[in-house]
Amino acid sequence: MRFQLTEDQRALRDGVRELLARRFGREVLRAAVDEPGRLDRALWRELGVAGFFALRLPEARGGVGLGLPEAVLAFEEAGRTLLPGPLVATHLAAGEVSGAATGEAVVADVGACGLVEWLTEADVVRGDAAGAVPLRSVDPLTPLHRVPVARGVDPVAVLLTAAEQLGSATRACELAVQHARAREQFGQPIGGFQAVKHLCADMLVRTETARAAVYAAAVTADAADIDTARLLADEAAVRGARDCLQVHGGMGFTWEFEVHLHLKRAWVRTHRAGDATESEESLAAELLAQPI
Amino acid sequence: MDLAYTPEEEEFRARLREWLAKALPTLPPKPSPDDWPGRRAYDLGWQRRLYDAGYADVHWDASPTVRLIFLEETEKAGAPYVGAGFVGLLHAGPTIAAEGTAEQRARWLPPILRGEEVWCQGFSEPDAGSDLAALRTRARRDGDDYVVSGSKIWTSHAEVADWCELLVRTDPQAPKHRGISWLAMPMGAPGITVRPLRTLAGSAEFAEVFLDEVRVPVANRVGDENDGWRVTMVTLSFERGTAFVGEVVACRRVLRELAGEARKNGRWDDPVLRRRLGRLNAEFRALWRLTQWNVSEAERTGGVPGVGGSVFKLRYSHARQELYGAAADVLGPQSLDLDQPWVLDRLSSLSYTIAAGTSQIQRNIVAERILGLPKGR
Repeated sequence: MRFQLTEDQRALRDGVRELLARRFGREVLRAAVDEPGRLDRALWRELGVAGFFALRLPEARGGVGLGLPEAVLAFEEAGRTLLPGPLVATHLAAGEVSGAATGEAVVADVGACGLVEWLTEADVVRGDAAGAVPLRSVDPLTPLHRVPVARGVDPVAVLLTAAEQLGSATRACELAVQHARAREQFGQPIGGFQAVKHLCADMLVRTETARAAVYAAAVTADAADIDTARLLADEAAVRGARDCLQVHGGMGFTWEFEVHLHLKRAWVRTHRAGDATESEESLAAELLAQPI
Repeated sequence: MDLAYTPEEEEFRARLREWLAKALPTLPPKPSPDDWPGRRAYDLGWQRRLYDAGYADVHWDASPTVRLIFLEETEKAGAPYVGAGFVGLLHAGPTIAAEGTAEQRARWLPPILRGEEVWCQGFSEPDAGSDLAALRTRARRDGDDYVVSGSKIWTSHAEVADWCELLVRTDPQAPKHRGISWLAMPMGAPGITVRPLRTLAGSAEFAEVFLDEVRVPVANRVGDENDGWRVTMVTLSFERGTAFVGEVVACRRVLRELAGEARKNGRWDDPVLRRRLGRLNAEFRALWRLTQWNVSEAERTGGVPGVGGSVFKLRYSHARQELYGAAADVLGPQSLDLDQPWVLDRLSSLSYTIAAGTSQIQRNIVAERILGLPKGR
């Protein structure tokens, strides 16, 4: 049992991290927020060239030929940086929709809750988008439509969404810790106060537990493992962003600071691939199924 | 990243399974929880069986993964818990193995492995709980002996122990972490009084130990004089990766039993309760994966456990309390009957966020040592 990242997996993760740091840094994120609803097509193609969408497509079909664990690591990095766009939908369409694998096409999916992300920017929509009504999306970086007919959800979409949540939770914890170290009140860094320290510790505990669940689900691709990953990662991302906001105090409540973007995106992701209730019900039913 | 075991590990698992299937039906009946001599005999008897079958030193010599498999399979088979052997096998033994002299290893290790001697832990004191290094039990040098006076508390198995891994202050003038020494104290020595303490679960799980001019040979000191804090950190770092393996497996079994019970008594129709059990399933599945992750990490770093144990302990101790909280809701008013299953477990689970470092102390450890936040109060 080597339930740790391999050298190749570390290299892949670092490569994606570098690409995103170079191409989607803090200023680009701010600019994207100021111009909501527009997808950066050049960046999309760059992701395509880097193999982000074709990661799991077999080499014989022009893909990178890697597996779910590698895809999870790449989507975790996307979640860290709040990379916008229908990443999961386009990734799942690679090999099925022309241009998806290379980033030439932007693919949107009708989700299990009847929501569609990035409908107007999409070149191809999978599912029935007739009668779509635009929403004023809570997340400035995820335009949303509502459609009357929902679509069944691919478990891989659930897992990759959980990976994004994991990345977001990791980032929220880092931001909170950075702030708690730097910000001084009452003559000392606020991170020295247990009330703040314990918020940060709980963020890490939720993140690391979610990480084990998400990585294990990537290895086994088992349905119960994927439900587990979703529940743990949703919790880590939503509560992590919430606690990060709290650690930042008044600053965290402003538009300038990126923590609200993490919280809002985390909320969007909790509704992308069905509902937590379904996962809880499946995991409850699983308890009656067989001995451990 | 993989979750597959090597052929050697799978072979170990199969061999162990086969042996357990033969050994367990021949076990004597389990003694009652308050029968300490009976529990001692039962637990040591099981250790002797493990010794004869070649599994005794799995906690010390095997790789973290093999230890994981051992704990997983013994729990799944319903084998006895390490019980009275806990301190000897998981704390004192590994500490003596790592820090003791050749004579000390030869004197103390074989009886632990053979299930002949029981150890208890004399670390905590009434005025030094979470602040372990504030301990005040004094040891004065007199010829070839230390003369020890003071008191210890929360000492499990004290009534039936042969030895105590004892922390004493050998230099009262030194800074508090520097004047401590680690001694092996024979529990039969004159001047030792053991007073059992009754827990909120009703049984005497641990005791207070009073020490009045107890003579302990200097030769029983493990590590250098006044270097006991470092030795203690070695003790406390053992088995962090695998400490809770058996318990996580047990919790997963309890969860299935709870679902079965809920289906029998009609509570399963309550979607709120059902979803809660589903979430607990996710919780303990994730804790199992985190265990595998920590064990792989220990394997990668050569078996040295990190502070990651605190992350696990924090999450696990709260999850365990939630599990037995859900059990009470499955049982309904029957949860007030001490003879019903899970009711005593619910009571004892309350200790999990206190014992071995409270959740508050664990959060400080995570925040300061992993996240690098400043020390403070």
